[in-house]
Formats: sequence, structure tokens, C-alpha cells
Amino acid sequence: MVSNGNTFNLELDFEARSAQVVTVYGPSGSGKTTFFRLLAGLEKPDNGKIVMGDTVWFDAVQKIDLSPQKRSIGYVFQDYALFPNMSIRENLEFGLPKGASKQIIEELIDIVELGELLERKPATLSGGQKQRVALARALVQQPKVLLLDEPFSSLDDQIRFKLLKYLIKVHQKYQFTVFMVSHQLSEILYVSEQVMCLDNGIITKRGDVRTVFFNENISSKMNLVGEVVSITKADIVYRLDVLSQNSLFSVIVTEDDVRDLSIGDKIMLTSKAFNPVVIRLEK
Amino acid sequence: MEWGPVKLTLLLAVVTTVILFVISIPLAYWLSYSRAKYKGVIESIVSLPLVLPPTVLGFYLLIAFSPESWFGSFLNDYLGIRLVFSFPGLVIGSVIYSLPFMVQPLQSGFSGVPRSYREASSLMGKSKWTTIAKVILPNMKSSLITGIVLTFAHTIGEFGVVLMIGGNIPDQTKVMSIAIYDEVESLNYGAAHLYSLALLIVMFLILLIVNLRKNKSSNLLN
Repeated sequence: MVSNGNTFNLELDFEARSAQVVTVYGPSGSGKTTFFRLLAGLEKPDNGKIVMGDTVWFDAVQKIDLSPQKRSIGYVFQDYALFPNMSIRENLEFGLPKGASKQIIEELIDIVELGELLERKPATLSGGQKQRVALARALVQQPKVLLLDEPFSSLDDQIRFKLLKYLIKVHQKYQFTVFMVSHQLSEILYVSEQVMCLDNGIITKRGDVRTVFFNENISSKMNLVGEVVSITKADIVYRLDVLSQNSLFSVIVTEDDVRDLSIGDKIMLTSKAFNPVVIRLEK
Repeated sequence: MEWGPVKLTLLLAVVTTVILFVISIPLAYWLSYSRAKYKGVIESIVSLPLVLPPTVLGFYLLIAFSPESWFGSFLNDYLGIRLVFSFPGLVIGSVIYSLPFMVQPLQSGFSGVPRSYREASSLMGKSKWTTIAKVILPNMKSSLITGIVLTFAHTIGEFGVVLMIGGNIPDQTKVMSIAIYDEVESLNYGAAHLYSLALLIVMFLILLIVNLRKNKSSNLLN
């Protein structure tokens, strides 16, 4: 296909179950955004078929090309694309189909906690707040597919995980299929079930997140993914401080374990989950 | 000084600006977003009045409007419209002559609105026209104002085209710039002074308001 005047080869063949969260992972220039734009109908593929449930969105042979308006897609853009001339409430209401009930807006305002921001203009919001509005706005029309193009990349860890929690909440409630571009391993493990690795316009790997990233199937082991914060020698063993999601913890490891490690490395800790203590946090 | 030319000038400027605003929005939209190969040709045609001597445009319009030409005789015989030396003819001439002054600011305004706004709006199920009216135009207000003001001012200041196709008929085609020329030719310097001074002050005020607004909005952004 041709994009911005350059020829770009993108060859994709995949299926996703409905209501699944699929991460699209790959270096920049690998075709992630183009893939989203093809799905959304913002660019036209040269060949192939895009089918959503029973509806054909695109078919080169039969010359079917459903307009973006008819594809039932919620798209969270990298720059949020909130309309500066409208208040937050107006931004949300703009997405409402004609004659639809405003109930959904009130629900979303409630879930992503926008109540205090409604009368403000987008220019006065912080990055995380804009992101929340963009997420809610993309869901107002209750799309079947939600596309998140590196939605949380510019936000700090704390806000990012808060937003991921909102995402999980809305996903559970409205059950749409999510495609999300992400580079953050912790983020991917936190929300998504399937991963699709793109490189140079081709799918290099796809499947269950753990299989793809760790070559491992579901087992009775507990895995924790985190980042090495510090390595300290304590007598004959070493203490490893690891930041995983939002918690910092230490583990005792041997010299062999730390030989190849340096601060900032992404690691996975595996432990037998034989007799864990279970504490319920939420119901 | 008579009020006839003043009223006629204002009427011509208002009518021209309104017509140009309506036709320039789709035209500028197309010029901003189209990938058509012949876009350059259309762009050049739109910009021609910027570089052509007004007399060239006036001369061609005069020929086209005259009852001897096929266009002029068609209008005359079938619709009973006579464009040469008439106010409607003046309006058509002004619309063509001021076209780039409306289209160019609007075109740069359209290009300045992020593509994602348009795309977000169409993904929310909104038609092209709803997107233009509710999302794009409200976010390019300064370009709209620039286009309107430039067109208005440029139409008030027009002389060559009017002289060629309109002539000098009181309350029909005698606008202020023509009136000044007329008064000077009859050595009525007093009246010429009044018209000139009025035009000078009005034009200065228009530009002043635009520039003050522009500075104010750029201060707000910083």
C-alpha cells in the first residue's frame, strides 16, 4: 500500500476473538499505526479482506469498502484528538449517535471519573486527564472494536496503571475487542491476552502473551515481571530490588543469577505457587 | 461627497464577501485535502487574480459579458440578464478578483487543523459536513476572520476590474474608488479628498482591528 507517498508493504493475516484484548508490539516503522488505520478505514489496503463478525468491512475482490463512519470503531489517537472548541461534556456528547440515550455518557463519566472536568476545555487538562476523556469519548458510541495507539506512552507509571485499571473496567462492562499498541511489557502483561508482534509489516509472532514473550505455557508457577532497581551484595548472596507494576520488593539471589544483570534490565521472576497466601482485595 | 458611491461600495463588499465565503469553504477544503493530480492547476487558477493586472481580468470579463459573445447573448436572450455595466456583473467580477483573498487563508486554516480531528469525527459516525461545521471551522476561527476581512477590504479597494466592466453609472456601478477617479478628472479635488480620506481611515481601522486581535490571540497561546 502507499502511505504518505512512500510504498509500504504490510502483510497481515490474523483473527481475534471478540472481546479479546490484543496487543500489537513492534519497533517503530513496523506498521502498527498503519494496521490501525487500515482497520479503521482511514487508509485503503491494496488487497485482502477485513471481516468483523458477520460484516465485511473491506473486500478488494468484491469492491466493498465500508466508510469509517460505519465501522463501529472507537479510536484513541496518540495526540488524543479532543476538539478544543468544545467542553469535555460537549466532546463526549458529540460522539453520541442521533437519538441515542445519554445514559452511556453518564456511565462513562462515572467509571473514568470525569465529573469535575465536564465544563472545562481540553486545553486546560493534564495529559492523563485528556487520555481519560479520549478513552471515554471513544466508547460513547459503544463500538465493537477499540483501537488504542500507544495511549499511555507519554504518561508516568502511576497514572498509566490507573488508566489501565479504567480500561479493564470499561472492557469488562462493555465487552468490546481491543487492539492496543504498546511497548511496555508490564502494561501488556497487565491487560492483554493475545499479542501480535510486527516487524517490517509482517507478523513475526503471535499468540498468548506468555507464550510469545517467555516461551511458556500456563503452569503452576507464579511469574512476576519487573525492572531491576538495584543489586546489592550481602555476604555471600545478593539482594535484588525489583519494581513490578507499582510495588518494589527485594529477593535474595545467588552470584550466578546476577552475573548478567544490570540495573534497568527487564526480568521475570518465577516461583512455585504451591502454597500461597490468598487475600481478597475487591469483590 | 455623495452617499451613493459609499453605499454601493459597502453593498458590493458585503455581497462579494458572503458569496466568496460560501463557495470558498468547499473549494479550500478540497485544495487542502485532495491528492488529485490536477490540484496544482486549480490552485494556480485560483491564485491568478493575485498576479494578473485587473485590467486583463476586466477585459476578458467585458468580452464574455458583452451581448455579442455567446455567453453574454445566452444570458441576455434566455434569462434576460445583462451583466456588462450592471451591479450583478460587478459582483461576478469582484468574486473572481477577490477569490484568492478568501481561499488562501481558508486553505491554510484547513491545513492547520490536525488530521486526527477529522478522523476522530468520522470514526464517531459524523458526516463530512457535520465534521466541517462542528469540528473544523470552529477550530480555524482566525483564518475565517482573516479571509473575511481581507476579502472585504480588497473588494472595497478594487478599481481596475470595476472600471472595465462596470463603468461609471451612479447607484449602479459607481463605487468609491471610481468616484475618486471621476472627481479628480473633473478637478473636484475637495470631493476626491473626502472619498480618499474616508477609504484610508476605514481600511486602516480594519487592519488595526485584525492585527490587535491577532496579537491578542497569539499572546493567549504563549
